[in-house]
Amino acid sequence: MSSCFETLSDYGLRSLGYGERLLPKADITLCEQFVLIGSGMIWNIYFAVLALLLGFFFATVLALGKNSNLSLFSAPCRLFIFIFRGSPLFIQFFFAYDLFVLIPRLGFDIDLGFLVVTVETRWLTKAWLGALIVLFFNTSAYAGEIFYGALRAVPSQDLESADAFGFTEIKKFKRIIWPTMLRLAWPSYTNEAIFMFHATTLVFFTGFPAWQQKGDAIYYASYFADKTFNPFVPYPIVGFYFILLTLLIIGLFGLINRRLNKHLPTNERKRLRFNKYNLVR
Amino acid sequence: MFSYCVDPKSIEGLMWLSCYVTTAKHMSFYFSFLVVMGLLSLAAPLAMAFGFAGATASRSSFKIIRSVGKGYLAMIRGIPDIVFFLFIPIALDQAFEYLRHKVLCSDVTVPIRQGNDFVVCAAAKLPLNTASEWVHDIYGFSLALLAFGFVFGAFAGNVLSGAMAAVPKSQIETGEAYGFSQSQIFRRILIPQMWIYALPGLSNLWMILIKATPLLFLLGIEDIVYWAKELGGIKTGVYEYPHPDWRAWYFGVLMIFYLSLTYLSQSVLDKISARLSQGQATMAGKAG
Repeated sequence: MSSCFETLSDYGLRSLGYGERLLPKADITLCEQFVLIGSGMIWNIYFAVLALLLGFFFATVLALGKNSNLSLFSAPCRLFIFIFRGSPLFIQFFFAYDLFVLIPRLGFDIDLGFLVVTVETRWLTKAWLGALIVLFFNTSAYAGEIFYGALRAVPSQDLESADAFGFTEIKKFKRIIWPTMLRLAWPSYTNEAIFMFHATTLVFFTGFPAWQQKGDAIYYASYFADKTFNPFVPYPIVGFYFILLTLLIIGLFGLINRRLNKHLPTNERKRLRFNKYNLVR
Repeated sequence: MFSYCVDPKSIEGLMWLSCYVTTAKHMSFYFSFLVVMGLLSLAAPLAMAFGFAGATASRSSFKIIRSVGKGYLAMIRGIPDIVFFLFIPIALDQAFEYLRHKVLCSDVTVPIRQGNDFVVCAAAKLPLNTASEWVHDIYGFSLALLAFGFVFGAFAGNVLSGAMAAVPKSQIETGEAYGFSQSQIFRRILIPQMWIYALPGLSNLWMILIKATPLLFLLGIEDIVYWAKELGGIKTGVYEYPHPDWRAWYFGVLMIFYLSLTYLSQSVLDKISARLSQGQATMAGKAG
């Protein structure tokens, strides 16, 4: 019977491939379940944080594109948003994985001038890159639609005043449109971020293999549920971790929301609370 | 299917294709699309029932019922739905078998949980070992359906409780002034007026329900994802219809299926919303 500290050092980074190689098989303790599932959370956080960070910028581009008067820009953005919002993420994962598998296993050299990066297409079939790309496209589409809605809701008087002050288009976008868009979109975007974290749990149930049993939280939870034939311990542990994570996101996004609303008189500030109509994506 | 399909290796081109897409396994694949539609048509009313119960409970004047209702509506925000989809069917299965074991085999004293095993007597098994294949299928589907109802009930409950809160206070107060009882106010005023507020959320929910149907695969149901994987995989020469890895094509078909389903739903929902907004004192209701 090892102590919980030993378990922590054995399995704390198991999802990344460090520590004990074999997963616990018999006499599974509560501590082992907590540590290993917590270790899996590293992947959930990795996927969601990177997808959201990259997706934030791409979503802004998509929203501006969709809002464009030129159909050359707006049509592809509309199509992109429609495809990724209109089909299930689960199918997107399968589809993307099977496409990535078909791509010949080549290496590309990208010459950045100061260094040459070798990109290997076989990385695409690994979860850390392939699934990340799917999640990135998915969150970009959802956030793009949210930003587009907010963009349409920017008050026209604000734009007129900017014109009256002789702002250039770039300055108008930087100082007026973008901050207002973010402020209006923020509650829905918070919601999207929470659901992005939840969506990461799908990764290892689709084509992407968990190589050497390096999986995410729910991968280990279902492993334990299979081994112990008792779902009443591992799944509540996953639930516990995700509730903590959700509270953390709400706190963090709430701080940003405060900053975005700083210039408004206190009675006009929107407190960040869930809009019950827009709860889900 | 067709008479010329007896020896598929000797034919080519369109004839080969027509034989290929009408094999028995492909028929199961097509049938699984109907399973998805069946799930949608059953899960939607079930989720509404769960949601209505949850929303009503969260407004109850009894503290215990209220906190149960609020907890039910809140849990879906913090915990990924996949956790529930994995947890609920197996938990329900064990709960049913446990109860049946207690009732049917009360003379057995061996504990049910033996280390890593869950052992119930043969008579308590669900479905019975002797049951035919379709009983197992129906049982698995029902557990999946309950999981969908439970999860989407929590989503629907959030929408409905928001809609109930959006009904103007003065309407309720008018009911009170006329001497309506609480249940009369609920039935005659609150419920009829909340639907217009609930519609956007419920439309949204319908779209999410459509997009959640492939998760049936996680519950061990032979659904469209299962068949797409099965049929698309590499078939070597030992098979009647050998072909390379076609999974991407099959999942491409599923993408198109879901995109058309959501597109169609969206246009129908837009029409309904336009219809219901007519004459309402909202921005959408005022003729342009």
